[in-house]
Amino acid sequence: MSVIETETAPSVRIAPWRLLASNRLTLASAVVLAVILVVAIAGPLIAPFGVNDVDVSRQLQPPGVAHWFGTDDLGRDVLSRMMSAVGTSLLVAVVSVAFALVVGAVAGIVAGYAGGVVDTVVMRITDVMFAFPVLLLALAIVSIFRPGLVTTIAAIGIVYTPIFARISRASALTVRTTPYVQVSKTLGTPTRSILLRHVLPNVTGPIIVQTSLSLAFAILSEAALSFLGLGIQPPTPSLGGMLFNAQGFLYQAWWMSVFPGAAILLTALAFNLVGDGLRDVLDPRQRTLLEARRSR
Amino acid sequence: MTSLVLRVDELRVSVGSHPIVRGVGFEVEQGGTLGIVGESGSGKSMTVLAATGLIDVPGRRVSGSSLLRQHDGSDLQLVGASPAELRAVHGTEVGFVFQDPGTSLNPLLTIGRQISESLEVHRRATRRQGRSRAIELLEAVGLPNPAERVDAYPHQLSGGQRQRVMIAVALACGPGLLIADEPTTALDVTTQAQIIELVRALQHDHGTAVVWISHDLGVIGQVADDVLVLREGLGVERGSILDIYDRPREQYTRELLAARPRIRDGAAPAAPASAEELLGVDGLDVRFAISTPTGRRTVHAVDDVSLRLRRGTTLALVGESGSGKSTIAHALTGLVKPRSGTARLSGRDVLRAPRRDRRRIAMVFQDSFASLDPRRPIGDAIEEPLRVHGIAGGSAAGRRARLEELLDQVELPRSFRERYPHELSGGQRQRVSIARALAVEPEVVILDEATSSLDVSIQARVLELLKRLQAQLGLSYLFIAHDLAIVQDMSHDVVVLREGRVVEAADAVTLFAAPREVYTRALLAAVPPERPRVGA
Repeated sequence: MSVIETETAPSVRIAPWRLLASNRLTLASAVVLAVILVVAIAGPLIAPFGVNDVDVSRQLQPPGVAHWFGTDDLGRDVLSRMMSAVGTSLLVAVVSVAFALVVGAVAGIVAGYAGGVVDTVVMRITDVMFAFPVLLLALAIVSIFRPGLVTTIAAIGIVYTPIFARISRASALTVRTTPYVQVSKTLGTPTRSILLRHVLPNVTGPIIVQTSLSLAFAILSEAALSFLGLGIQPPTPSLGGMLFNAQGFLYQAWWMSVFPGAAILLTALAFNLVGDGLRDVLDPRQRTLLEARRSR
Repeated sequence: MTSLVLRVDELRVSVGSHPIVRGVGFEVEQGGTLGIVGESGSGKSMTVLAATGLIDVPGRRVSGSSLLRQHDGSDLQLVGASPAELRAVHGTEVGFVFQDPGTSLNPLLTIGRQISESLEVHRRATRRQGRSRAIELLEAVGLPNPAERVDAYPHQLSGGQRQRVMIAVALACGPGLLIADEPTTALDVTTQAQIIELVRALQHDHGTAVVWISHDLGVIGQVADDVLVLREGLGVERGSILDIYDRPREQYTRELLAARPRIRDGAAPAAPASAEELLGVDGLDVRFAISTPTGRRTVHAVDDVSLRLRRGTTLALVGESGSGKSTIAHALTGLVKPRSGTARLSGRDVLRAPRRDRRRIAMVFQDSFASLDPRRPIGDAIEEPLRVHGIAGGSAAGRRARLEELLDQVELPRSFRERYPHELSGGQRQRVSIARALAVEPEVVILDEATSSLDVSIQARVLELLKRLQAQLGLSYLFIAHDLAIVQDMSHDVVVLREGRVVEAADAVTLFAAPREVYTRALLAAVPPERPRVGA
């Protein structure tokens, strides 16, 4: 005999990726992200002009048939430079945020779960890091080492780490006191298992949101560093570098700033929307709702 | 002549395309109490919230009629009334008391301010008038030291006191109708009995009509004159409380009657004659250091407690909130460190065992939802101890077979292993927790208020399951509860606790037949009696 009491029965189980794809907005953002990724990888190969083809006679030309996105102050093709820049910017953003995510989340979860001295030490370190403005801290790191791609990634990664530490600590602190963690303890489950099986999955929600936000901000941080001459070194193009280079020509050549700016916006938006979709699908409660809606 | 305060006809509520209330009608007379009874999900709260215009669910559709007789003698149609009309009525004509007194009060305001709020809004009372009226009301609801307590914050009061404050808030403007939605469900039985007394006394003094919602027909029997039985959004039976108790027409009503916890003569199960001692606890002592505004203080949660659990039997720990019942359970499962004392399970030490050896005592917690990881399917939850301890051959196939066996034992369909906690009902979730506890093949299972957050009808079924499992598998239970009626149903031996000390310990038959201590008798008296009050 089985007992059926009032329950929210799940409809048909649907594979997570299928559910993800059924959200039109998520799907569209994923397609945009895929295009950006292809451009990032293959950009220099398919670009109509060389990245550093200087032709002063063609400087500051508005968008037209030859140069779709116009040319810059040195007569370089904006589209071709952007196609190359997307790769650099994306590389910086993804690697630095991945670093911040892994280091920050591990430190935060351990601190939140362990509590006591470990928690105090980790949190005071993040306090110190928070005390400095983001750019100042990044500047300090970059000026100690030689400016360049690796230093830029390291600087942004380190600066973003405490944010992830804070967020995952707060969630871990809540999860630690829940009865299901207590039950696991009474069942004799080792701490490592509790952290991996119960704490980690339950802190993913806020972390995903923060990751998609951070990816967008990392692109902007890279732009700021490049502008100060401490990020990606010219003539290697980056979206931020192009944007800041364009600011002297805002009135004469709007295309120099609008297109790279739009690229940053589009990338950031796509990251955020895919992140939202991912968070919903990873949360079983949201998933049941989505499944019910789909099978209706 | 009695007059109707509220008359509801053909009330229907649906959310989206899903009907929740499907044509319910009832009326409440001045000075009378209508009890609305039914299981969770039967639409009790929705019915009353829709009838009083307090429903706040996106996508709802309400139709039908709900006429409220106001103080000035005019009738107001509450279904479809404008927000301004409803605001004028809520508080002055209709007062509300909800289930959870912990969250129904604003933690940042003194209770005096919360009581006087509606007086200031509706009656244009000054601060000072509001305050003196608040003190009167607190006195009326039986809060000790009202002149002092009026400046207290909710966290400084106990659960029962907070519910008294909620009643004072609801009665501040002297409404003709009081809606009480499961007002005692979150409280101990002793506090429940006090709140029932209080509402009856206030009703007697002020002639207030009451609608009392509960899942427990035993409680309804103590408060109501008339009863409406709801099931799946339909009123299945309506009648006076005596008719419902003595001549129930519907099978469902009979089930609800049978499920209500009550104390009967000689109902305690007989203990197996020669059960040897399995778990022996001696001189257990637990203290907590807590920070208060006046400095650090030590709470003596468990004070020199000794108890004996015999193999294959159930030992009940009984007492009100704060009596130290759960702390004893936490000490035995290693969640808190005791200061001193010993606990031996078949001769081996329990308190100082490393975590990997903890499987000899398993525990089922009260909150079935919170004790399951929301992100893991329930099959995973039950398999966790199997994986951790390498039980069931340590292979995936072995674990799967054992999982199915456990689901069968707790009478859940095998297909449930892929479901998530939120896709189950409260009773089903508690069965999952029981299956998980059994997975470690424990010698003792601690049931910490394991059924007290369930509806009485579901509670009865889970208790039935626990008894069957005990008989089949020879389990020994440490049964923690505040309700003596279910303790009598389950236990062979009983230990009564108060403020961390043992008040009385005896076998169940003796304790229920001849309780020695005053406190035990008070606990017994708090259980709603067999007969409804009007027929007693």
